[in-house]
Amino acid sequence: MKLFMGFWALWFIVMMAFGGIGAFFFIKEKLNLDPFETVNRFLIYWLVFDLLFRYALQKMPVINIKPLLTLPFKKKKIVSFAFGKTIFSFFNIVHVFFFIPFSIVLIQNGHSVFNVVLWNIGLTALVYCNNFLNIILNKKDNLIFLIGGIITTLGGLQYLEYFDATAYTAPFFIGLYDVSFWTIIPVVVLLLLIFISFRSFVNDLYLDAGLASKVKSIKTENLEWLDRFGKLSTFLKNDIKLIKRNKRARSTVLVSVLFLFYGLLFFPGWVDSYEGPVWQIFAAIFVTGGFLLSFGQFVPSWDSSYYPLMMSQNIKYKEYLSSKWLLMVIATLISTVLASGYLFFGWEVYLAIIVGAIYNIGVNSHIVLWAGAYVKTPIDLTSNKKAFGDKQAFNAKTLMLSLPKMALPMILYAIGHYSYDPYAGYALVAITGIAGFAFKDVVFNKIERIYKTEKYKTIAAYKQTK
Amino acid sequence: MIGIHNLTKTYKGSTVLNIEHLEIQKGDSLGLVGNNGAGKTTLFSAILDLIQPTTGYINNNGIKVNESEEWKSITSAFIDETFLIGYLTAEEYFYFIGELRGQNKADVDAVLSQFEDFFHDEILGQKKYLRDLSKGNQKKAGIVAALIGNPEVIILDEPFANLDPTTQIRLKKIIKELSADPDVTVLVSSHDLMHVTEVCDRIVVLDKGEVVKDLLTSEETLNELEAHFS
Repeated sequence: MKLFMGFWALWFIVMMAFGGIGAFFFIKEKLNLDPFETVNRFLIYWLVFDLLFRYALQKMPVINIKPLLTLPFKKKKIVSFAFGKTIFSFFNIVHVFFFIPFSIVLIQNGHSVFNVVLWNIGLTALVYCNNFLNIILNKKDNLIFLIGGIITTLGGLQYLEYFDATAYTAPFFIGLYDVSFWTIIPVVVLLLLIFISFRSFVNDLYLDAGLASKVKSIKTENLEWLDRFGKLSTFLKNDIKLIKRNKRARSTVLVSVLFLFYGLLFFPGWVDSYEGPVWQIFAAIFVTGGFLLSFGQFVPSWDSSYYPLMMSQNIKYKEYLSSKWLLMVIATLISTVLASGYLFFGWEVYLAIIVGAIYNIGVNSHIVLWAGAYVKTPIDLTSNKKAFGDKQAFNAKTLMLSLPKMALPMILYAIGHYSYDPYAGYALVAITGIAGFAFKDVVFNKIERIYKTEKYKTIAAYKQTK
Repeated sequence: MIGIHNLTKTYKGSTVLNIEHLEIQKGDSLGLVGNNGAGKTTLFSAILDLIQPTTGYINNNGIKVNESEEWKSITSAFIDETFLIGYLTAEEYFYFIGELRGQNKADVDAVLSQFEDFFHDEILGQKKYLRDLSKGNQKKAGIVAALIGNPEVIILDEPFANLDPTTQIRLKKIIKELSADPDVTVLVSSHDLMHVTEVCDRIVVLDKGEVVKDLLTSEETLNELEAHFS
């Protein structure tokens, strides 16, 4: 796991470094804009996304404090120690790998060394502002959604050219470069934030205050309207609660929303290398299948924390599976309706999306569950930390099964597209999707057998502490 | 009711369970005692077909547990917190178990109403998920869930641990009532010799995976057990 995370971190760093160098030339030569000015314009979004990412992924330093409380340390020292650890967090360091290469290119292209250094100090201070802002925000629920909402709106307005927020923020970032004493502003803000978060942490260093895990008052839900699904309703009710009440499961909904926008990379034709017609199907699979892919691959791992209970009850595997399947189908249908926004790019784009949805429901839903049956890593529902990049999604069997998920529809489409016309391609994919329904029982039987033969191994694997 | 035949379980060369033959009659209430690592939980897990024996087999009501699942509808258990669904409230959990065991809401409510004393107002209507309850209260919920749906075999691993004294006494009463029912077979493990001798008519002592004593409970049993363990 460590190795895997390390790999991702390294990959990210390399990408950032290339991005730093590449951004300069890309903006200058492709877009014919001033790179420095353009980067400054978008810095506000950079910082806000950084904050959102931190909120979702960065672990709070409180976690390991409890055992320190009774040891002979001053409280201030404990907090300094915890804060100190966050300073070297990946989330802070990673920015350096973009801005240092970018700055070097800037200097080579005639920007003053002194001012570039000032600019960098200012940005570093802002990045650390985010670090401490996140520490403060993490204690408050929902505030982050407000920020996210405002930014999405501003971004949308800017895209539609109604109102450009960056016109107001860019001068500030440029000011960090131009006006030497402006760098003091973010540094002062940073010191202020450190002070505020430090004080609130020291005061809250009690088991029943800052260190208490938040327990919200909740209501029992019957979800009786689901009873119409007959025998499936028992599991369906549980699965909906699973998704509603667990951070880790909720993130699959987030992923599916993000994937809804994934098509923007493909359909408008902004990215050259994705313009091939075959990529449209690829995108359509993702746009409608975000939930299906992210939720389905971890069936039955979602139930890992109480798997022995499930295994000692008289459960019909088919009903258990069907409930998960139904959930994925419903989510795919909802995504398809939401994706109607793509009609903006022409009805053919939406046709591709509908075809993708049919294939997802008819074929991918089964394959995803099938691949999931081989996954034996327990999921800690209450924590989000492994939401991106669990290693077990990469064992050989699941990898093999991921081929038909993506490659097959692309191949089918290509056959139709190049031998006849695009519509033949769509028809071929859609027909395969519909044909997939016929195999539902076969696949479910197969999965049931896997569950049964791997039962003891699965129980033992789920017992391993996370 | 439950027959254990030539059962062994070996992990990486060390044998943790080795029971040549153990027969538990219908209506029995069997107390399983032994030090840590004696194999109590392993035996229960094997009876529930949660682990695969290295050799031998277990019959439950004439059915080999690893060959058919017919025994599941008459058997229920609470082993540890992996039998709880942490993100449900106690009510939701009881109804879920009830539905799995073919009981409607009214049936479950009827069962729950018998345990108002035992719950001591700490389980129902709590506005909390099970994972946010204290260990003792989680245990109460798990034990009662194991009694939903008229099971004929009830397996409870360490039911007395983590319970407060009042609840322990109430639990003893519940288990005694269950063992008085000739149709219900109860299997209980415990570290507390006094409790098991009080509620069970038969005590089996496990040591390093083997049955070293098999006693019908009498006046002297407690003394004999204390002598054995000291």
